[in-house]
Amino acid sequence: MRNIWTIAKREYDHYFISPIAFVVAFIILFSIGIYFVYIVRVTSQQALFGGAPTPDITPITWLFTFLLVFTTPALTMRLISEEARMGTLELMLTAPVRDFELVAGKWLGGMLLILTILAVTAIYPILLNSFVDPGIDLRLTLSAYLGVVLVAASFLALGVGISAVFTNQFAAFFTTFGLFFLIWFMMALPANLVQGSGGDIFRYIDMSAHFLDSLNQGIINLSDLVYYISLIALGLFTGTVAVEMRRWR
Amino acid sequence: MIQVEGLIKDYGARRALHSISFDANQGEIVGFLGPNGAGKTTTMRILTGYMPPTDGKATVAGYDVVDESLEVRRRVGYLPETVPLYNDMTALEYLKFMADLRRIPQSEDRAYETLEQVNLQDRANSYIGNFSKGMRQRVGLAQALIHRPEVLILDEPTIGLDPAQVVEIRNVIKEIGKDRTVLLSTHILSEAQNMCDRVLIINKGSIVAEDTPENLQSRLVGSQRVVLRVRGDSDGLSETIKKVKGTRNVEAKQDDSVEFEFSSGQDIRPQVAKAIIQAGYELIEMRPIGMSLEEIFLELTSDNNTSEKKTS
Repeated sequence: MRNIWTIAKREYDHYFISPIAFVVAFIILFSIGIYFVYIVRVTSQQALFGGAPTPDITPITWLFTFLLVFTTPALTMRLISEEARMGTLELMLTAPVRDFELVAGKWLGGMLLILTILAVTAIYPILLNSFVDPGIDLRLTLSAYLGVVLVAASFLALGVGISAVFTNQFAAFFTTFGLFFLIWFMMALPANLVQGSGGDIFRYIDMSAHFLDSLNQGIINLSDLVYYISLIALGLFTGTVAVEMRRWR
Repeated sequence: MIQVEGLIKDYGARRALHSISFDANQGEIVGFLGPNGAGKTTTMRILTGYMPPTDGKATVAGYDVVDESLEVRRRVGYLPETVPLYNDMTALEYLKFMADLRRIPQSEDRAYETLEQVNLQDRANSYIGNFSKGMRQRVGLAQALIHRPEVLILDEPTIGLDPAQVVEIRNVIKEIGKDRTVLLSTHILSEAQNMCDRVLIINKGSIVAEDTPENLQSRLVGSQRVVLRVRGDSDGLSETIKKVKGTRNVEAKQDDSVEFEFSSGQDIRPQVAKAIIQAGYELIEMRPIGMSLEEIFLELTSDNNTSEKKTS
């Protein structure tokens, strides 16, 4: 466990000297900032005519996950592929560190960065809460934030897993991005086209449904949690196996 | 400390190691000598737990490299051929990171001490990305030393260093080799001769010779060759030497020196000297030319020789 933390800390520190992390943080925070101002504007105008719904934080969390589809591949692409390319993987694989600890440490490092960015966005629910009279729905806010954390954790785990397969980080980027795009945006179509249990499979894979239709509406289902935890496990497992395979080549 | 028995490694259909066996004891510096692609790095990677062997058994510090890989890795310091460094870290940060992974208490102090050991304390807070090749090599060595390992495995440790640094690093390694086990690979023969207690010559995945550098020399060299020089006129010198019983292959060289050989068992140098003086020459130099490890190495690793070995 301590090894995971040591590796995660190094990875986290590394993000702060790499331009990619700043670009990602900038894109996410800037987009959300603009969107927040827009939402507050529209809601307050509607309120003038009466009957406006109480604003909540879910558009912000929706946008956050939407942006994660595009940005997490950039955060994960180099995590292990870069070590393989630079030869430092040999250092990690001959240090007293289990392969899983290496992969999990990389994942946790990325997670810490996303959590840092997410912490900055906490200003929006606080602001929103001060704007509306009885305050915003706290349960919904926490549920939506939990959803973002789980989506980010799943994306990062899959990204690390794919990064371990490739030595070229751009190959890792496009594979990761392609996968996220498919499971986030494209699954609804075959789910509607295919009848019966076949459609159910696509519906189950559809990641956006596990967020938008449940956690981002304040509904916490065990099945959704299982879905995310399975994805995290799958990503970390893939990464560990891929690292182990590198030993055998 | 290191025991290797019948180690075999296949890369796909190609066999990189043909059942090699050797051992290395505590307080011994063992040199791995061989041309590129001979299997040195492969052997070292197996011993450090980087990759498992296809077959055979290896134990390091009493632990099996496959079944107890983590225990082995805790006790081994390893400097790979491509020095594994993070360019975005300072030397001190990097060593502290490695010390933390090895659970060393007061990791920062230890990192600094180790930097002193390789004489890089002035550059502790410089980024590794800006280091010269020699400095990178030394940071890599510091990484291998940081946990005071029982066994040190170094893949070409002095490559890319300038002569002064080579001497420095050799001294560091020799110092460590006094009470611990060092296995180092090199293709610089003088280095093996200079540092190692024992040399393993490896070629095409097999060990073709194993002995002390001195014994390797004397074993392979049946006769001793001597170069001899006189002041002034050297006409007829070769004839004078030829008359002495036991001299062979007398050869007058371009620069007025003469070379000759004699069997290792009977040293006839005093007789030769006497004969020359009596003939009125002024003897100014008589020096043995040892067959260098370089020649032994070429002899052992040339294709003809290995095929001969197989048939015999």
